[in-house]
Amino acid sequence: MSLLRLEDVTYTYAGAREPSLRRVSLEVGEGEFVVLAGASASGKSTLLRAAAGLVPHFHGGAFSGRVLVGDLDTRAHGPADISTVAGSLFQDPETQVVLTTVRAELAFPLENRGHSPAEVARGVEEAALALGIAHLLDRPTSELSGGELQRVALGAALAGRPPLVLLDEPTSQLDPVAGDELIWLLRRLNEEWGTTIVLAEHRLERCLAAADRVVALVDGRVACDAPPRDFLAWAGTHAPSLQTPAARLFSLAGLTPPPTGVKDARAALRAAGRDARALAAARPDAPDPGDRPSRRERRRRRREAALSLEGVWHERRGGRTVLRGVDLQLAPGELVALMGRNGAGKSTLLRHAAGLMDPTRGRVRARGRVALLLQHPGDYLLAERVDDEASPEALAAVGLADLTDRHPRDLSGGQRQRLALAIVLDSPEPPAVVALDEPTRGMDRATKAELAARLRALAAGGAAVIVATHDPEFAAEAAERVVLLADGRPVADGPAAEVLAGGWYFATETARITGGAALLPADGAALLGRRQREEAPAR
Amino acid sequence: MRYVRRASPLHAARAAAGALWCCAAGAAALTAQHPVVLCALTAAILASACASGVGREVARIGAWMAPWALVIALINVLVVREGLTVIARLGGVPPFGQIDLTLEGLVYGLMFGLRLLTVTLAFSLFACAVDPDDLLRGMRRLSLRSALGATLAVRLVPVLAADARRIDEARRCRPDGGGGGVRARMALLRSVASNALDRALDVAATLEVRGFGAARSRARPGSDAYRSLRPWSRHDIAFAVSALAVAGIAVAAGLTGFGGFETYPLLDGAPPAQVLALAGALVAALLLPHIDRRGVEP
Repeated sequence: MSLLRLEDVTYTYAGAREPSLRRVSLEVGEGEFVVLAGASASGKSTLLRAAAGLVPHFHGGAFSGRVLVGDLDTRAHGPADISTVAGSLFQDPETQVVLTTVRAELAFPLENRGHSPAEVARGVEEAALALGIAHLLDRPTSELSGGELQRVALGAALAGRPPLVLLDEPTSQLDPVAGDELIWLLRRLNEEWGTTIVLAEHRLERCLAAADRVVALVDGRVACDAPPRDFLAWAGTHAPSLQTPAARLFSLAGLTPPPTGVKDARAALRAAGRDARALAAARPDAPDPGDRPSRRERRRRRREAALSLEGVWHERRGGRTVLRGVDLQLAPGELVALMGRNGAGKSTLLRHAAGLMDPTRGRVRARGRVALLLQHPGDYLLAERVDDEASPEALAAVGLADLTDRHPRDLSGGQRQRLALAIVLDSPEPPAVVALDEPTRGMDRATKAELAARLRALAAGGAAVIVATHDPEFAAEAAERVVLLADGRPVADGPAAEVLAGGWYFATETARITGGAALLPADGAALLGRRQREEAPAR
Repeated sequence: MRYVRRASPLHAARAAAGALWCCAAGAAALTAQHPVVLCALTAAILASACASGVGREVARIGAWMAPWALVIALINVLVVREGLTVIARLGGVPPFGQIDLTLEGLVYGLMFGLRLLTVTLAFSLFACAVDPDDLLRGMRRLSLRSALGATLAVRLVPVLAADARRIDEARRCRPDGGGGGVRARMALLRSVASNALDRALDVAATLEVRGFGAARSRARPGSDAYRSLRPWSRHDIAFAVSALAVAGIAVAAGLTGFGGFETYPLLDGAPPAQVLALAGALVAALLLPHIDRRGVEP
C-alpha cells in the first residue's frame, strides 16, 4: 500500500518564472526508506513541502496534478490535516521548536489535534523514549544544543505516531556527530517501528546504507528512481556530483558495482584481493615526530607569518575556558583547515584572528587585514540590491557580475555566500588573511568544489586562508594543512594527508576504505591502479 | 532573567499555584502599612528565592532596583511638604521656595521605595521560578491564540536577539567596519527585521505542520483536551494554601488596621506586639511551603 503518491505534479512558486516541480510522479510504499538526492534548487524541498500540504496551501503559487498522503488529497486537506499522517522536519532547528520546554513542545501537536490529556501524556512519553530525549523533557528549549533541538523537533513531528515522516536536510545545520546520530535514529524508526521515511540529504554517504530507494531530482524532474546501488551507477554517468566518495573511487578505479558505504566498499576490495590493510601498508610513513622545527626556525616562521596566535587564551567571565594557550602560525599563501567537534573553540579562534574578540592572555598578530566570513552569509546582507553591497570588481571576482540588480535575499544559499565573500574581500587593501567559519553547511558537492577552487585562488594570490569545517572531504580537497582542535588547543597539526588519514572520525570516506592510504577518490583510484600494475607482473 | 528549572518546591508546584503565591506576596507588599512588615516581606521573598535556587538572579534584580528605590525616597523628601518633624532646612530654592526636609517625608519615601523593591522581587521570583509554558497552557482555556502568541514571543525573543548580535558582528567584519551614523543603523535594523520576517515564516510553516490549524476545528478552549491531567501535588496545594493565607492576612490587616502605621503628620505605628505578630504570620505563611522538599527533582 502506498503512503505517499504524487501524480503528475507541476508547481511554480508565486512570483517565480520557472516551475520548481515538473510533472513529478512518485509513489512511496509503507515502511520504505526513500532518500531524495539532487543539487541545490533541484526541487527536493518543494517536493517535501507538497507532500506536507504546505504547497500550495502555505506558499501559494500555481499547482497542478495530485498529491495523496495516506487517503488525504492535499488539494482538499491543509497541512494541519496532513500532519496526522505525515510528520515534517525542516533544516533549521531554531525555528521548528516553538515552545519553551521540551515537554510542552512534544505535547503541542497532540493538543492541537484534540487528544485527551491521558493520550497527550502517553504520546509525549513514547516520543521522548523512542528518540532518547526523556532526560530533556523538563529542560528549557533555549538551553538545548542544535542536535538536541533537532531531536526535539523530530519528536514533535512523531508525537502522534504518524506512519510517514518527511525530512528536509535535517542534518544540514548540525555537526557531523549530531547529524550521524539523527540518521541512525531514522534508521531505527524505520527498521523497528516501520515508519516510512522520505529524507532529502546532500551528504548521501551518510544515509545510502539505510535507504531502500533513491529518488534523484534534476531541475524539478525525477531523473532516477532506483535502489542505492543502481542510483550510484546512474550518477556515475549522469550526475557525477551526486556520487558518494566511495562510488567515485570505484568508478575512477574501474570497479563495479559501486558500493553503498564503507563496509560495502571494503568487502568489495577484499573480494577483489585488495584488502584495506594491504593498501594501508602502501601509505607513506608519517614524518618522525623528532623532526620538530628548531627554535630558530619557529621564530623565523612566527616573524614571517601572515597570522600568528601566540599563547592565546580565552576565558569567559564566570564561564568555561574556550581557548587554552593556542600557538598557531599561518604563512602567506597557506590554506589551512581548522577542524574539531562543536565547542572545541574553532569559531572563537577565528573571531580572535579577526579582532572581534580580545584574548584574555596571549596575543594575535596579523600582517594586514583579516577578512572573516562568519557562518551565516545572510547576516552580511544589508542593502536592497546586490550592487549596493560590494563594488563591481568584487562581485565579478566571485562570479556575481550578472546578478547585480537582484535583491540579496532572493539569491540562493551558494550565491549568498559568494556575495558575503565579495563583501568581506571588497577593499583596496587585499586581505593578508581570509578566515571562513563553517562555509560548507548545507552546500551540495558541486558548490563545495567551487568554493574549494575559490579558496585555492585566494591562497595562490598570497593570502593565508583558514577554514573552520566539520567536513573532512572538503578539508581534504581544499586544504594542504589541517589543525585539529580539542578542548581549546591544537591536538594535531600537519599535512592534510597525515591528519585526515589516520583518524576514525576526522577521516575522509576514501581514507576509511583504503586504511588511510589515500584521502580523495582520485588518489585512491590511482593507488588501486598502481597496486594492480605491481601485482600483474608478479602473477 | 528567565525561567530556569531547579529542584525546589516552588518550581515543583504547578504554574497556577506558583503564580498565585508570587502575586499574593506582591499584593501583601502593596498593602503592608508598617515598615517592619515591609522589611519582613522583603526578607521572606529573598529567603524564598534562595530556597528556590534563584537567590542570585533575584538578588541581582534587587541590587539593580535598590538605587531607584533610594531615588524615589530622595525625591519624596524633597518634594513632599507634609510632616512636622523637620530634620533639615535647605532654605529658599527657586522655583520651589522654602524647602524643609521632614522625617515623615523621608520615612514615607523610603517605605515607597521599599514597597517598589519588594514587589519587583516578588515578580522577579515569579519570572525565575514559574514555568511560563505551564502558565500559558492554563491560559489557553481562555484564549488559544493569545497564549500561543505570548509563548512564541518568550521563545523567539532570545533567538532574535542572537540574530541581531550575529548581524552586528558581520557588520564589523566589513572592510569599512560597517560604517556609522543613522544610515548604517537603519540598514542594520532593516536586516534584523528581514531576518525576523524570515524566521516568522519558518515558524508559521512549523505551526501548520504541527497541526495548529486543526486546533480550531477539533479542540475547543475549555474542552477536555485543554484540561490538565496532572493531579494536585503536595507542593501545588501548599503554595495555593500559602497564597490564600498571605492574601487573607494582608486583607484582614488592611481592613482592621492591625499592625498599621501612619506617616503624616507624625509617625505613629501600632504596638510592637501587633506588628511583630503580623510580620511573623506573613513570613511564616510565605516560607512554610518551602520547607517540604520531597518530590522536587525536575
